[in-house]
Amino acid sequence: MTDTITLPNSLRSQPDANGHFGAFGGRYVAETLMPLILDLEKVYRAAKDDPSFEEEYDHLLKHYVGRPNPLYYASRLTEAVRANAPTGKGAKIYLKREELNHTGAHKINNCIGQALLARRMGKKKVIAETGAGQHGVATATVAALFGMECKIFMGAKDVERQRPNVFRMKLLGAEVIPVTSGSATLKDSMNDALRHWVSNVHDTFYIIGTAAGPHPYPEMVRDFQSIIGKETRAQIMEAEGRLPDMLIAPVGGGSNAIGMFHPFLDDPDVAMIGVEAAGEGLTGKHAASLAGGASGILHGNRTYLLQDEDGQITEAHSISAGLDYPGIGPEHSWLHEIGRVKYMPITDDEALASFQKLSALEGIIPALESAHAIAAAEQVAPTMDADKIIVINLSGRGDKDIFTVAEALGVEM
Amino acid sequence: MTDRLSTRFATCKAQGRAALITFVTAGDPDVAATPAILDALVAGGADIIELGMPFTDPMADGPAIELANLRSLGSGTKTKHIFALAAEFRARHPDTPLVLMGYANPMLVRGSDWFADQCKAAGVDGVICVDAPPEEDAEIGPALRGAGVHLIRLATPTTDTARLPAVLQGASGFLYYVSVAGITGKQQAAQANIDMAVGRLKAATDLPVAVGFGVRTPEQAAAIGRIADGVVVGSAIVDIVGSHGDAAAPFVQQFVAALSGALTPKIQETAA
Repeated sequence: MTDTITLPNSLRSQPDANGHFGAFGGRYVAETLMPLILDLEKVYRAAKDDPSFEEEYDHLLKHYVGRPNPLYYASRLTEAVRANAPTGKGAKIYLKREELNHTGAHKINNCIGQALLARRMGKKKVIAETGAGQHGVATATVAALFGMECKIFMGAKDVERQRPNVFRMKLLGAEVIPVTSGSATLKDSMNDALRHWVSNVHDTFYIIGTAAGPHPYPEMVRDFQSIIGKETRAQIMEAEGRLPDMLIAPVGGGSNAIGMFHPFLDDPDVAMIGVEAAGEGLTGKHAASLAGGASGILHGNRTYLLQDEDGQITEAHSISAGLDYPGIGPEHSWLHEIGRVKYMPITDDEALASFQKLSALEGIIPALESAHAIAAAEQVAPTMDADKIIVINLSGRGDKDIFTVAEALGVEM
Repeated sequence: MTDRLSTRFATCKAQGRAALITFVTAGDPDVAATPAILDALVAGGADIIELGMPFTDPMADGPAIELANLRSLGSGTKTKHIFALAAEFRARHPDTPLVLMGYANPMLVRGSDWFADQCKAAGVDGVICVDAPPEEDAEIGPALRGAGVHLIRLATPTTDTARLPAVLQGASGFLYYVSVAGITGKQQAAQANIDMAVGRLKAATDLPVAVGFGVRTPEQAAAIGRIADGVVVGSAIVDIVGSHGDAAAPFVQQFVAALSGALTPKIQETAA
C-alpha cells in the first residue's frame, strides 16, 4: 500500500462532526467551557438553517459594512511586475478590497455574524482578544450597534503600540483591559479572554477574531468570512468570464485567507498561496507556524504551533501585530498537509517594501498584514504567463500601521 | 494491581476523614528546590500530591499558579526534570500517590504513548489534563489506560446531568470537582452549592469525589471534607512558595499541617 492521505470527495465538507479537519481542530478546552461550546454549536446549526438569520446578516453586510466591496484590477502594480518579468510573463493582478469595509478590514464580517449569534443565545456581554486592535475595534463596533457590553483584552505592549485603536475602542464604548501576563501580546490576550470567559460563561459570549479556537469557531468564522470568496467568484466571472488562476492572502490565524479560499477549494485549477509572516527570517524571530512549527494543542485546537521540544509555546514575531501569533487556524494546517494550499513565508523587510510600493503605485495604503500578500504576488506573478490572473486579498487598510512603518524606516513623525 | 490512589482513599475513609490533596508546580522556584517542598507536603500530612507540569500558556489558572509556571520555566525546568522529580519522589515515598496535572501540549508533544510510558516508569499514579475534555479522549485516554495510569476527569458547575455520564465514561482514580466556574485560586464557591454538587456526583459514581478551586483555609477544607472524599488545595500553597522561594519548605509544611489537622476528626462524631 502507498502512504497516501485519503481525501474526502469535497474539500469543502470539513470539519467532521467532532470539529476535526483531518488531524487538526477539535475542542481542547476546560470542562467548564464544554457545555457552552456544545450549545454554541447547536445555536449555530439552527441559525444556518434559518433563512431569517442569513437575511439579517446579509442586510447588515450591505447597509452597515458596505458590501459588496470592489474587485479592483491593479493595472499599475501589474505593469510594474511585467516591467521586471521576462517577455510574455507577469500575471494580471486584482485586489479584493476588504480594506474598504466599515472599520477598515475583513474582521467586521465575522463580528456581525457572531454578534447575531450572541443575541440568539441571550448573551448581553461580549468579549474579544485583539493584537493590533483591528478585531477589537470591529468587536467594539458591533457591540455598540447591538447595545451589548464589551470588554477587549489586549496585551499591555500592544496597548502602548496601538494607542489610536485603543482610543477608538473606548469611543465605541468598550472597556480595554491591558493584559500583563506572559509576553503581554496577542496570545496572552487570548489566554486572559479565555480566563474571563470561563469565569463568566453564564452571561458572556466570546467573539474569537480568527478561524481558530475550539470547534465550532474555526468553521463558524470561516463561514462568516466566506463572503470574501463568494463575492470574488462572482466579480471575477463578471470581469474576466473565468475563475482566477491563483488566490493569495496573508495568514496569521488565517480568517481572511480561509474566507477567500474556501469557496474555491473544489476548483482544482485555482491555485492558492497563504502568506505567513517570516519576521526577521525563518532562522531568526518569526511567526510562520507552518514553515517553522509543529503540530500541537493551544487555545482549544490542535494545529501547527511555534513551540520547543517540550511543547512550550515560543514567542512569535512579525512587524505586523495582526500576524504576531504562534499558531494558525486548523483548516490551514490541514490544507497545508494535504497540499491543496501552498504557504509561503514573507519577511518584515519584504512586507515593508511592498507596503510602500502599493501606496505609491496604486494610491492604496495596505495593512502590513496585506502587504505580506502583495510581496508574495510580486515574487510569484513574474513567473506566470501574462494571461494568468491573480487575486490578492487586500484584507485591511494601513492607516493603523503608519507609526510602525515610520519607525521601521527611521522617519520622525 | 497495586493502586496507591484507591488504597489511600480507603485508608482516609477508614479514619473518618477526607483525603488532603495538595498541589505545587514542579520546578517552582527551581528544580533543585522541589524535592524539599514535596517532602514538606508529605510531612505536613498531605495524602495525595498533585505535581503541576508548567506550561507557557496556563489558560485555566489564575495569577498564583500562572506565575508559578513562569517562575519554573524561567529557571529552566524541562519535562525530563519533572519525570526525574516524580521518580525520586516515588523512591522516597513508596506509598504516597502522585498525580501529574497540566495542559495537553507539553504532555502530548512526543506522543501519548511516550507520555504514558514515562508516567508509568516514574511511578506516577494519575494524570489530570486540564484541556482534554471527554470529547478528545482519544488523544490521551487510551495510552494512559494501557499503561495502567489513571486519567482523572474534571466535573464543573456547568457539567449538567445530561453531560455527566460522558465525563464519567473513562474516568478513573477519582473525580475532581471544580467547585467554581472559573480559574484556579480566585473565587470561592458557596458551601451549600458544593454540598449539593458533591451529593449529585456521588450518586452518579463510585469513584471518590475530590473538591478543588478556591479552597484556601483550614476552615474551608474542613467544611468541604465533611461531604467530599478529598479536598484539593493549590494556589494557597503555591503562594507560599512564591513568597519564600527555595526556603519555602518549612512554611509549606506548617500550612499543610494546619489543613491536615482541620480534616482530622478531633472528637468521634457518632450518628445519633
